[in-house]
Amino acid sequence: MTGTLNELGEHVAHALPGAVRAQSVALGELTLTVDRARIVEAMTFLRDDPRCRFKLVMDVCGADYPERAQRFEVVYHLLSLEHNRRLRVKVATDEATPVPSVVGVFNAANWFEREAWDLYGILFADHPDLRRILTDYGFEGHPLRKDFPLTGYVEVRYDDEKKRVVYEPVRLTQDFRSFDFLSPWEGMTRQVLPGDEKAAAPAAPPGPAKPGGAA
Amino acid sequence: MAEQQIKNLTMNFGPQHPAAHGVLRLVLEMDGEIVERADPHIGLLHRGTEKLIEYKTYLQAMPYFDRLDYVAPMNQEHAFVLATEKLLGLTVPPRGQYIRVLYCEIGRLLNHLLNITTFAIDIGAITPALWGFEEREVMMEFYERASGARLHAAYFRTGGVHQDLPAGLIDDIHRYCDRLLKMVDDLETLLTENRIFKQRTVDIGVVNEADALDWGFSGPMLRASGVAWDLRKQQPYDSYADFDFDIPVGKTGDCYARYLCRIEEMRQSVRIMRQACEKMPDGPVMTEDRKVSPPKRGDMKRSMEALIHHFKLYTEGFHVPAGETYAAVEAPKGEFGVYLVANGTNKPYRCKIRAPGFAHLAAIDFVSKGHMLADAVAVIGSMDVVFGEIDR
Repeated sequence: MTGTLNELGEHVAHALPGAVRAQSVALGELTLTVDRARIVEAMTFLRDDPRCRFKLVMDVCGADYPERAQRFEVVYHLLSLEHNRRLRVKVATDEATPVPSVVGVFNAANWFEREAWDLYGILFADHPDLRRILTDYGFEGHPLRKDFPLTGYVEVRYDDEKKRVVYEPVRLTQDFRSFDFLSPWEGMTRQVLPGDEKAAAPAAPPGPAKPGGAA
Repeated sequence: MAEQQIKNLTMNFGPQHPAAHGVLRLVLEMDGEIVERADPHIGLLHRGTEKLIEYKTYLQAMPYFDRLDYVAPMNQEHAFVLATEKLLGLTVPPRGQYIRVLYCEIGRLLNHLLNITTFAIDIGAITPALWGFEEREVMMEFYERASGARLHAAYFRTGGVHQDLPAGLIDDIHRYCDRLLKMVDDLETLLTENRIFKQRTVDIGVVNEADALDWGFSGPMLRASGVAWDLRKQQPYDSYADFDFDIPVGKTGDCYARYLCRIEEMRQSVRIMRQACEKMPDGPVMTEDRKVSPPKRGDMKRSMEALIHHFKLYTEGFHVPAGETYAAVEAPKGEFGVYLVANGTNKPYRCKIRAPGFAHLAAIDFVSKGHMLADAVAVIGSMDVVFGEIDR
């Protein structure tokens, strides 16, 4: 299984020299990281090549990793009915750089790319109709970004005097509580608990004794 | 005669319309009675499920899946627990797998009964809904007896199912299978050869094989276009490989073929349910790995370790090793996938939900173009859209 997937990855890398940046097989799934500028070429190849025949794009989605230089990933999940195989293709980008749209290759990508634009603010170049899709009319911001708060910024209510729905800043009676669960379940040998840093720190090396203390 | 300027009419369909199957707002550009362009506005039921899941432990995230496609809740849960199990490298005991299969097929029947009957209402037949919903109620009682809830079951868990089935339930389901087949036959006498039904569905919304692939169709929508593809056969998950069933495939790719596919799928589902009841193995229903599944209540009374496990599982939850996976199930509407990225903590880093209805509805402009307005209603009905999963 892993062997065939690796072979397939090498086949793609060989056919598209320089386009495949990285290739990995984990949990029986093949992931290819593709050069952003060449994604349309790569997708067309994956769809038409007799050894690939990934004719169905099942999913296109964004993912946000704010600590990276190019914080967004666009993840395409392809399916080949002929070979009964799945493939994951990834492209990295940031807030400003558009990813070439693959709507010309797969019509199914249309709404998925709109969704990635709506929720992450990932731009797609040459998309026929890049509008928001899931959020409210006139919504501001991209809610699935990691720096967008879970509660959002505005809330709506029906104003009886104005006889319409009004938007107001979110008011929370209680802050959102985020608990620290990074403490280990068992094997408390290495980790340092919050507030327990001193106890766990190795004893300070015996330096030269300060003369006379605080004189 | 003077030349007349004819302007296209833009019409708003929904979001509150009985034939919109939920909160679909469809902006139609009409040339007389003919649909020139259909622009669906979705998201009126958007609840931010994916965002919420990023802030919940894996156990807390699971019930959100009931609320996606609320017509067949457990099929959605299935995709999420399969993804989590894949990342954890867990195997589910045979009895757990069989119970899951049994309930997924009940979910498929729940879905198809709702779809076929409401589809029939949309195009003028009331009786199927009255008959179908009665049977849905019986099956929802099976849900209730297993999980305690008719709709939002939260029954599938990472590593198996929450509890074993109560005594006598399997026999009752087995006995019920005959009645269900009778009901499917009755439904067919109402619709299959019905002249009005056929006039409204045959040759309406035809999608050929190439277009179905291009638009990312799956499930009955794809099979009705002549592609023999079912994840339960092609990429069997849980114990589907043990079951003997057939995949119905349509020939024409129109609304009628989709209806026929769903009818036959119901019969096949009953076949799977029968086999699951007959072959139901004994043993645990959930993995015995105490780092993932909670201990028995009785153990907690006596064992300190069990008590600690219980406490940790229901406060902190289990940690999932870093990695990413895509798990897909053959949900009644098509391929329901979960792309899960774990970063080693007790919460998912990213959980993308791939809903089949989303891809199907995206194609509505393509499918309904050139049809009459009334046919657009038939197309929506045959697509089997539920806004819980499309809007997420």
